[in-house]
Amino acid sequence: MEAPLLHLALVGTPNSGKTSLFNALTGSRQKVANYPGVTVERKEGFFVTPLGRQVSVVDLPGTYSLRGRSPDEEITRDFVLGKASGESMPDLVLCVADSTNLRLTIRLLLELKRTGRPLILVLNMFDIASRRGITVDVEGLAKELGVPVVTSIAVRKGGTADLLRLTDEISAELDPEPQENKWRALSVSELRATQREADRIIADCVSLPSRPDTWTARIDAVVLHPVGGLLVLALILFVMFQAVFAWAQPLMELLNSGFDALGELVHDTLPAGLLQSFLQNGVISGVGSVIVFLPQIIIIFLFILLLEDFGYMARAAFLMDRIMGGAGLHGRAFIPLLSSFACAIPGIMATRVIDNKRDRLTTILIAPLMTCSARIPVYTLIISAFIPAKEVWGFINLQGLVMFGLYAMGIISALLVSFLIKFFMLRDYAPAPFMLELPDYKMPRLKSIAIGIFTRAKMFLQRAGTTIFSMMVLIWFLASFPQPPLGATEPAIDFSLAAIIGKAIEPLLAPVGFNWQIAVALIPGMAAREVAVAALGTVYAIEGGKEAAEQIGQVLATKWSLATALSMLAWYIFAPQCASTLAVIRRETGSWTWMAVTFTYMLVLAYAASFLTYNVAVALGAG
Amino acid sequence: MTDDNDTRSQIPLGLAQRGYTGVIQHLSARDAASALPDIELESRLIELGFVEGARVEILHEGIVGRDPIAVRVDNITIAVRRREAMAIIVA
Repeated sequence: MEAPLLHLALVGTPNSGKTSLFNALTGSRQKVANYPGVTVERKEGFFVTPLGRQVSVVDLPGTYSLRGRSPDEEITRDFVLGKASGESMPDLVLCVADSTNLRLTIRLLLELKRTGRPLILVLNMFDIASRRGITVDVEGLAKELGVPVVTSIAVRKGGTADLLRLTDEISAELDPEPQENKWRALSVSELRATQREADRIIADCVSLPSRPDTWTARIDAVVLHPVGGLLVLALILFVMFQAVFAWAQPLMELLNSGFDALGELVHDTLPAGLLQSFLQNGVISGVGSVIVFLPQIIIIFLFILLLEDFGYMARAAFLMDRIMGGAGLHGRAFIPLLSSFACAIPGIMATRVIDNKRDRLTTILIAPLMTCSARIPVYTLIISAFIPAKEVWGFINLQGLVMFGLYAMGIISALLVSFLIKFFMLRDYAPAPFMLELPDYKMPRLKSIAIGIFTRAKMFLQRAGTTIFSMMVLIWFLASFPQPPLGATEPAIDFSLAAIIGKAIEPLLAPVGFNWQIAVALIPGMAAREVAVAALGTVYAIEGGKEAAEQIGQVLATKWSLATALSMLAWYIFAPQCASTLAVIRRETGSWTWMAVTFTYMLVLAYAASFLTYNVAVALGAG
Repeated sequence: MTDDNDTRSQIPLGLAQRGYTGVIQHLSARDAASALPDIELESRLIELGFVEGARVEILHEGIVGRDPIAVRVDNITIAVRRREAMAIIVA
């Protein structure tokens, strides 16, 4: 009979190299999902030991103790104790330590021992420790701790061989009867005593030279300098934005023309009719309009993962903490907000690093105000149609200036909203502490980065294939039915549900200068903002793919007043229309209420901004 | 190297300047105006290695109000705000 699947769990402090060990063990055989009922990412991978035992391994969120002070840490505790719903208790827990920094992990290990689970202590990054002159008496440590200890170099080929062999040995003689769990939350004095015990064991078994990592000290002298550090951060951001907007462009155009060609192919192959329209306009152009953003998402994740692996992210949070604190934001909110310039979805997902609930909520609520890449097509279209490309003050391009202004407005309003949330909703709230380890710098490992990007790209495409796909089907249906009567001369869309809805809500939008065509375009724009561009094209009954994109600007310039165009730009700074963002907010906050709050406040702001812009513009004679 | 811990006066780490080196004497969460309950703050500080006898050095300071601070605690570096560092009494 074949031995049953062996369940391993990886536990360790943040920055212990847990994830690179996980990647080294499993390669790309990984599954990323959520734990039921909570929004913590569950990463499971599979591998086979040298003796042929099938193993599943779960990478648990990093933690310093089993107290569980954030949803992530609660998962780690419950999983180890076998209390996580729908999860089996792990057969073997691997406690992963950064060999250059054993104090905190040994304390965690002493705490883990009380759970009665079979344990292995993995001294990871052992090569870096040796290079720094740290020597560990591995056998002595195992004896003192009463736990098998093994060294590993996750990032080197064969660096986990000892660990695999030990896993085989231990799994062969695992006691099927689980030991009693003696763990309970430690009091402060027990915590202190455990740390003392850990320090005593380390003093006996580990010799630490008083040689700190000189590279880290040298880099930090620049990167954490109060002024120089901020300049370096600004430079990194500049390069990142350049990359997201410039490097991604050729790839995005390639994808775009690919989808266009595919649409044309369907158009030419199938007979005209519902099926043709559904495949071309509903499926291919709809899902395609979202997949086009894949290059930008990959590039922004490349930067984020590189900076994270290098150890810079914690430093960015350190530099920005007090600066963002003025607007009621936590230092750790910086990275999620930064990601939101590509897309609010990864940004909102990245808020998981904020352990305080209210700080996290504020960040989630304002993330959609950052100008995401989906607004770019809308901005570009309207700006090029209405704003003359002239120079102001001799050297600034007016179109570029308007674009910059729209970005700036997004950031300023995000800070204002955050300030208002702090002032009105969370008044009794004292700032959550900012306590963060600044790990030593490490060379990022390409394999780890590649796996990280691959899993994120996969998640993005899955969403495009499910949520966005179903939205597009719905929108196509609304825009196509009912069908026009025979012999009708007006565009088919005039008879559709979309037009009926558009005309019904037109009176509501008249005060901000929107006509019914815009109202209709805003409906498909619910799925994703940039869809509004394609929808306007359809509504104004322009044929063809590429030509339409060039012509629609001219059409708009003749049909809209400048006031309407400016009003539309103001609307899109705040526009709440992105079904996927709203869905992610619901999932991440676990509540429909916060989703509704986000939608409502953004809608109110969009309406107010458009109303103001339109009426001021009309008063100035641009109506 | 002279050990001047006995003669130096005890101060909270939250008031120390960049370049300060010392040894943790005790933790006093009550003296920090942190949003966290005393026990929680003390537990978190211990979990990050701020225990009696640990050597600390202030390596870096932020730009606004010289806050937060990056503190070397034995052989790791931890970023904390001065508000929380008031609970760490050093000499």
